[in-house]
Amino acid sequence: MVGSEVTGLPLLTILIALPLIAGAACLFVRAEAARWIALVTTLVELVISIYLWVQFDPNGAQWQFQEYVPLGGGFGWALGIDGIALVLIQLTAFLMPICIGASWRSIDRRVPEYMAAFLLMQALMFGVFAAQDLFLFYVFFEGGLIPMYLIIGIWGGAERIKASYKFFLYTFLGSVLMLIAMIYMAQTAGTTSIPKLMAYDFPVDAQKWLWLAFFASFAVKMPMWPVHTWLPDAHVQAPTAGSVILAGVLLKMGGYGFIRFSLPMFPDGSAMFVPLVFVLSGVAVVYTSLVALVQTDMKKLIAYSSVAHMAFVTFGLFALNRQGIEGAMMVMLGHGLVSGALFLCVGVVYDRLHTREIARYGGLSDNMPGYALLFMVFTMASVGLPGTSNFVGEFLSLIGTYHASTWAAIVATTGIILGAAYMLWLYWRIAFGTQRNADAAAMPDLSAREWWLLAPIALAVFWMGIYPESFLRPMRNDIGRLLTRVERVAPQGDSRPTPGKAREKLQLVGEEESHS
Amino acid sequence: MSRFAAILPELILSLGGTVLMLVAAFTGRRGSALVSWLAVALLLVGTAALVGAPSHAGPQFDGLISADLFASFGKAIMFPAAAVAIIAAHGWFEQDHEHSSEYAVLILFAAAGMSIMVSATSLISLYVGLELNSLASYVLASYRRSDERSAEAGLKYFVLGALASGILLYGISLLYGFTGTTNFAGIAAAFARGAPSLGLLFGLVFLLAGLAFKISAVPFHMWTPDVYEGAPTPVTAFFATAPKVAAVMLATRVCVDALAPATDAWRQIMIFAALASIFLGAIAAYGQTNIKRLLAYSSINNVGFVLIGLAGGGAVGASSVLFYLAVYVPMTLGAFLCVLWMRDSEGRPVEDIASLAGLSQTRPGFALAFAVFMFSLAGVPPFFGFWAKVVVFNSALKAGLFPFAVAGILGTVIGAYYYLRIVKVMYMDEPAAPYARVREPLQGLLILLSALVISPLGYLLIGPLQSLSDKAAGSMF
Repeated sequence: MVGSEVTGLPLLTILIALPLIAGAACLFVRAEAARWIALVTTLVELVISIYLWVQFDPNGAQWQFQEYVPLGGGFGWALGIDGIALVLIQLTAFLMPICIGASWRSIDRRVPEYMAAFLLMQALMFGVFAAQDLFLFYVFFEGGLIPMYLIIGIWGGAERIKASYKFFLYTFLGSVLMLIAMIYMAQTAGTTSIPKLMAYDFPVDAQKWLWLAFFASFAVKMPMWPVHTWLPDAHVQAPTAGSVILAGVLLKMGGYGFIRFSLPMFPDGSAMFVPLVFVLSGVAVVYTSLVALVQTDMKKLIAYSSVAHMAFVTFGLFALNRQGIEGAMMVMLGHGLVSGALFLCVGVVYDRLHTREIARYGGLSDNMPGYALLFMVFTMASVGLPGTSNFVGEFLSLIGTYHASTWAAIVATTGIILGAAYMLWLYWRIAFGTQRNADAAAMPDLSAREWWLLAPIALAVFWMGIYPESFLRPMRNDIGRLLTRVERVAPQGDSRPTPGKAREKLQLVGEEESHS
Repeated sequence: MSRFAAILPELILSLGGTVLMLVAAFTGRRGSALVSWLAVALLLVGTAALVGAPSHAGPQFDGLISADLFASFGKAIMFPAAAVAIIAAHGWFEQDHEHSSEYAVLILFAAAGMSIMVSATSLISLYVGLELNSLASYVLASYRRSDERSAEAGLKYFVLGALASGILLYGISLLYGFTGTTNFAGIAAAFARGAPSLGLLFGLVFLLAGLAFKISAVPFHMWTPDVYEGAPTPVTAFFATAPKVAAVMLATRVCVDALAPATDAWRQIMIFAALASIFLGAIAAYGQTNIKRLLAYSSINNVGFVLIGLAGGGAVGASSVLFYLAVYVPMTLGAFLCVLWMRDSEGRPVEDIASLAGLSQTRPGFALAFAVFMFSLAGVPPFFGFWAKVVVFNSALKAGLFPFAVAGILGTVIGAYYYLRIVKVMYMDEPAAPYARVREPLQGLLILLSALVISPLGYLLIGPLQSLSDKAAGSMF
């Protein structure tokens, strides 16, 4: 069946094809026209994806808006979304116009190519979340490396070449093992359809290897300690909008991969490796938070904080219970917004002073009150203050982890404290204190364009924090279906109430002892 | 008469080639354009002649050759590739005092040799085809005889090629001695009679070693970088495509037809050669500054991936080899056509990778096409080269060769580095002196066409190409 139930239009194909066409058009026009083409396209994409959200029936079929065109060789143009993919598509569509806006003036070199790369990136990201064919997913997943490689390498900072290679080769290395696993899966199960594979039971012995192969890819993408080292480099060197999309969407592909592949397809494999994931996530939370604490570069600090936040996602996912998985999804959404916004905040001051050294700033709340306000909102959200998006996610994910293992929950919770430490200290050093540098003190407050970039994110952060149900509702049934696959193997935590021993019995035992 | 219908393409090429040789001899420099266009026409007619008897007539001449779909599949790739090699030479040799009329004739003879190679079902016709192709190739490598590098390339190719032929013949004589037949079916029957004797195994090893030289698989690859660098660029484009297809397909037919019962014996050799080619091709390319040398290592690397498919064995393995080759040829031809367009401001060819710097700003379309070929050769999706790799790894996994497949795929990551380096030079470096424009619209069209096939649009071809290569591979069983 091709097309949505309501309009008969193949909406997902349009969502993917439109930026491709617009991106190609950008290559043939001048800089100003390319900017407008990109902005209008991303806004239209946002409208289409909101329409998808409205049309999506949370109580309907698992897969909606399905499309299928066979291409031969067992490979097909198979698209379709469930609630999990839907919310991630919303996140992507929401961040893209903001990225284009953030690059409006700060990118003045080779603008048409830049806009084309971003639009290509957008098409591939939608493809990742909408793909229902194993290999189609891989094509989109890996294809995304090319535009990001170019974005970092062409428009990045001084060390951009090294960072772009590191980004590409690291993620490529992780993913090729997944490809081998995918070929094996297609051969064993006789299908490349993701929905069918999600219900297929692979032999337990094979699951172990398949899980490891997928883990190699998603752990790098996520990124998990110790394969996170590409991320700080990529973030620091990438232009602002590149960092936003990297932190906002690309990292979420790792988590999406776990939810879509590792958990439902290899439940036994997942259960087997829960301790591994918990240990790696625990190290990530503590270690990368401490590393973030000592950074002198703003972008690097936020990059390390991303690694720590992503560890909440892996904790939550591999708790294999409802709170954990819902929490992981909410952390992904919240972090996508908040870390994107924080990178934008860095970009705002970087555009003015061309440095990311924390020590060069100070007391910005005096001359940039609007900036200080929004920066504070996002700092608080990143810390996980109740009322903001990250609180919901982190809290749920911690509850889930607690059910699985109290020790893991204790380690994970230190991340909240450490997170508060490095974020609040960062905010204090930048916004408060005395104004040490005359040039930093002379910076003007946010322009109207910058308000338009940051204010919508702030609203979304509060919406998600105050009424998360809008985002949880479309995912609820899908997470329920996922749970039916993994519940059987979920770790039996040490936090369950243990049956108490009856008092009389104890006395009896005592009496017996005294008699004997 | 009907028995000649089965070899119509070969007849067209060899008779046409002979006539054109006379035309070339009498017209000399004046006739070079005429001869090369006629040669292109002959190759296209030869391709068209594949329809009908030549694609299904079966064994011919007492089993010397077989006119089947497998052979036709190879010819349908090789003849157009050879035609592109002729078109690529337009205006190339005229820069100096050579001319290209004999070039086109030599390509025709090489194509006739390749055509026999892919059809051969006997060790004798195998050798005749291989030598016909090789002799023409030796001359082609040294076609610019005033250029020292070209002469050196020809000599090196000849000496090492003669050595390889010797090894091959030794293997053939051993096989003949121990089986009493040169016919593939007979050899297969002899191998099927139980555990192969030591003599048979020696024959198998020498035969495969000789073939490994022709496909430039490690450890018999040493000639490749020197010959590819020294030979004139259109000749290199030719070497990297059509003769390589012929040699790989010949090796495929030998392995899955003649040596099918000894699969376990040759599989070890293929596994070693595949991994060694992938890793050496990837690592040795690191320090290269000459684009032709780099592409030479890239072709060694790619042969490794073909052998991964072949190591799977059986119809699936053969089919994956065919699929890979069908994708490999347009992407390699496209890359070499791009190299052909690298000319300095006075129109002289340049081969230095550094001269590509900033090409995306001076010649965006050219740079985009080149980048597409590079990403595709690296096997990065969404380009078509990726799907070819999926197909060969599919074959290896079907045969249960898991550690082998994992090792092979890790090789793609190492290889990706140097392909990325070309993209980096073109897109991220400051522009170098711009290239002169080449006024060859037909070559431009061919670059565009191969880029389109390699682009994600190529995925539309997966269905037909897969069923065709399955059928072609099935025709051997």
